[in-house]
Amino acid sequence: MECVFGLVGKDYALVVADTSAVHSILVHKSNEDKIMKLDSHKLMGASGEAGDRAQFTEFIQKNVALYQFRNGIPLTTAAAANFTRGELATALRKSPYMVNIILAGYDKETGPSLYFIDYIASVHKVDKAAFGYGSYFSLAMMDRHYHSNMSVEEAIDLVDKCIIEIRSRLVVAPPNFVIKIVDKDGAREYAWRESIKDAHISAA
Amino acid sequence: MWHSTKSHDKQVIFCKSTAFLFVQGMGMKLNTSALESHRLVIGTSDELPNGFSTAPSFEIPNTTDFDCFQKEAIQMVKPAKGTTTLAFIFKEGVMVAADSRASMGGYISSQSVKKIIEINPYMLGTMAGGAADCQFWHRNLGVKCRLHELANKRRISVTGASKLLANILYSYRGMGLSVGTMIAGWDETGPGLYYVDSEGGRLKGMRFSVGSGSPYAYGVLDNGYRYDMSVDEAAELARRAIYHATFRDGASGGVASVYHVGANGWKKLSGDDVAELHYNYYPVEPTIVEQVMVET
Repeated sequence: MECVFGLVGKDYALVVADTSAVHSILVHKSNEDKIMKLDSHKLMGASGEAGDRAQFTEFIQKNVALYQFRNGIPLTTAAAANFTRGELATALRKSPYMVNIILAGYDKETGPSLYFIDYIASVHKVDKAAFGYGSYFSLAMMDRHYHSNMSVEEAIDLVDKCIIEIRSRLVVAPPNFVIKIVDKDGAREYAWRESIKDAHISAA
Repeated sequence: MWHSTKSHDKQVIFCKSTAFLFVQGMGMKLNTSALESHRLVIGTSDELPNGFSTAPSFEIPNTTDFDCFQKEAIQMVKPAKGTTTLAFIFKEGVMVAADSRASMGGYISSQSVKKIIEINPYMLGTMAGGAADCQFWHRNLGVKCRLHELANKRRISVTGASKLLANILYSYRGMGLSVGTMIAGWDETGPGLYYVDSEGGRLKGMRFSVGSGSPYAYGVLDNGYRYDMSVDEAAELARRAIYHATFRDGASGGVASVYHVGANGWKKLSGDDVAELHYNYYPVEPTIVEQVMVET
């Protein structure tokens, strides 16, 4: 039920995730942010078991920060992806983390990149990727309309097409999505696509 | 050489190290601070050489397949989280409410269980799932919160307390703990509410309901909720939501307790028997009697 997908464009990478936290038939929350900022220029969108998702991505985030403190320079996206994959692989035969990850990053030397890391620790550098039931719809849409060096507006248009398709065709479609972007200016939230407004925490 | 085996010479060894295997991938140790009083116990006799005595031990049951028996025992006591608890943040703080029924399958074992646990004077936890698990780990959390206060000369935040509990529960993941709790409190940033469960999930939110009766409670709660309610209105909403859940869910019932967490800490507002609430909300209408049997 959790939909996470991403794509790479001209000097940026996008990650989109749904924002519902679900336990069997109950939706506990419709504004749960599943895309974590690993550091200033990396985004990690994750889907999977509740505890694993939050704990594992935080673990990776803290280790990425530790590397920067120890060595004075940040990790490259490729290094972060391989580190994540290594942690998943080590735990795989003992107590696997059931988390699927899309890692997007921008490096000054190599530009934007997107990595597909699944729960059995395979890692692929790709232009577009998707996880979950939503992938059935978003992958086909992206395959059809994607081309390299898309502008931000074209990419957001494609993302909206995917979200509309998921909403109309998936039987338990998540109502709300969050879109985050990473480019030379850093990683930040781009937009929310909400069809159900949950009381935002900041309202308190 | 043929050895005769002493059939009653059972060894009971409480081994913490097996638990480490589960979380080695994380590099994070299993949090066993709560269990530090256990020690290695070898043999059933209390006498060791050199005059030392062991901690008291217990005999394990005489079964052919102890592991299977253990699994069955865990399944038997595995609670279906038969309860209804809810909590929500509003203008005046956090409102926390719960029922008080404990059920084992079809048997109601108690109608007066305290499902709202007082962690410290400004934080409450709710109980859903295993009663022992919830009570023990909330008590343990209270200890950790107090230690934090003493070490840092300031109260722990609700974020911090819920994170402590979530990390402990995550380290015991897959070992049969059953905890579905909400941590509600008031700290420097205002009211805070977190949902924490034994699968390791932790969610920050404005309203949650946990337990078998939670879908029923969610309906009433979502519909009647407004951020700017008074304390009385919010208490009535919480009470009504619990009542409706106990009406429809067989595993919830007893007494609907309502607590309020404000800037000065928590306060118990009410504890009403749900059967009485039923007749308060839906009084018996006198039916029109067409004919009456009269004694001649």
